[in-house]
Amino acid sequence: MSDLLNRKPETGAFFPRDRDWHPPAYTPGYKTSVLRSPQKALLSLDGTRSEITGPVFGHSILGELDNDLIHNFAKPGESAIGERIIVHGRVLDERGQPVPGALLEFWQANAGGRYRHKKESYLAALDPNFGGCGRTITDENGYYAFRTIKPGPYPWPNGVNDWRPAHIHFSIFGHGFSQRLITQMYFEGDPMIWKCPIVMTIPDRRAIEQLVAALDWSATIPMDARAYKFDIILRGRRSTLFENRMEGN
Amino acid sequence: MVQSLDYLKESPSQTAGPYVHIGLTPNFADIQGVYPSDLGTAMVNDRTRGERITITGRVIDGSGTPLRDALIEIWQADCDGLYNSPSETRGSADPNFTCWGRCPCDLSTGEYRFDTVKPGRVPFRDGRLMAPHISFFVVARGINLGLNTRLYFPDEEAANAEDPILSRIEHRVRVPTLIARKDGATYHFDIHLQGDKETVFFDI
Repeated sequence: MSDLLNRKPETGAFFPRDRDWHPPAYTPGYKTSVLRSPQKALLSLDGTRSEITGPVFGHSILGELDNDLIHNFAKPGESAIGERIIVHGRVLDERGQPVPGALLEFWQANAGGRYRHKKESYLAALDPNFGGCGRTITDENGYYAFRTIKPGPYPWPNGVNDWRPAHIHFSIFGHGFSQRLITQMYFEGDPMIWKCPIVMTIPDRRAIEQLVAALDWSATIPMDARAYKFDIILRGRRSTLFENRMEGN
Repeated sequence: MVQSLDYLKESPSQTAGPYVHIGLTPNFADIQGVYPSDLGTAMVNDRTRGERITITGRVIDGSGTPLRDALIEIWQADCDGLYNSPSETRGSADPNFTCWGRCPCDLSTGEYRFDTVKPGRVPFRDGRLMAPHISFFVVARGINLGLNTRLYFPDEEAANAEDPILSRIEHRVRVPTLIARKDGATYHFDIHLQGDKETVFFDI
């Protein structure tokens, strides 16, 4: 909790989610969604205390290499094979306010598009020095950064010839359970983005572009690693200045 | 023209995919040695106050098949109805209780399980008490945006009858989809994604 500095605790309800900006549940181009999408309307709630609160994680959970996927699974003195990159950015809310103390977890395939998972059978080889998971917590300005190798594209059984673009999965905890978000980051210039049925579940092209990280030449470290910048926006919350029923906030 | 409101748009969601375990429960995925343990596996310890209960169940698709690649997170109050969160302003929750848990469904049976305590009652926005409940967040391959629902307790009939959220459900026949089945200290709660038995999901 000390990660949240001396901010006054925020107790306002979150802005309603714009569900036309997010993918709908039923997206037949992504076949698995057909039997896994609710058919009835959602029941909308204006956040109660159960939704405006949420878990916050301290730095005590973090190990030294948790934000270094090049080394956190590698044997001593060795490192993962692939394009060395830094992914960095800020976590902000819809009001543009930084979200400090946000836990970010990420996972990805290796440079050849192979995941380290027992249910995975793609013929591309595993990298003995790459696990594919990492985590970090945003600083007081909402900044985060981690090192990894750029994941390869990955074929999957949807259509006969569907391939995922290179992507990194992100899971984000803000300060309230309503802000909980899982998404995916894509890479600038990847032609696979616009062919992908999972990307295309998002109806608005501008929303898709929000998930495409930009090559960041300024943050690239010469002779070491290129950088990609990926900002994440979580839901904003109302001010409680004029809430007149304080006992319920 | 008028001034711009200047709000940003929330980052759009994408599915957690079939390999969500790599990132969120790597030890479960046999990726050993990166984290000492998976986050969210232990909600209670020896000193946690309250009535010990187990929550278990499955997530079931529109064909009646259990999902074997779903992952569930729960968020609940402690036994006094307090949340372990900076936004909890009424007091301090039990320091020996996380209020939050994470569990991947079993890769063969699809079952999830949480060992926790029964939550106390929490006030609604207008001060009325809500019935004891546990908030769920469900993700999986095929789910584009995490689904939110609530578990309520069958042995809290009076509280459930006056719960402001349950009271909002127009189709009364759907209320039982949110109420677990009790078997000793274990509560069974299956989540039906689609069809006749479809669980009520919330836009929170």
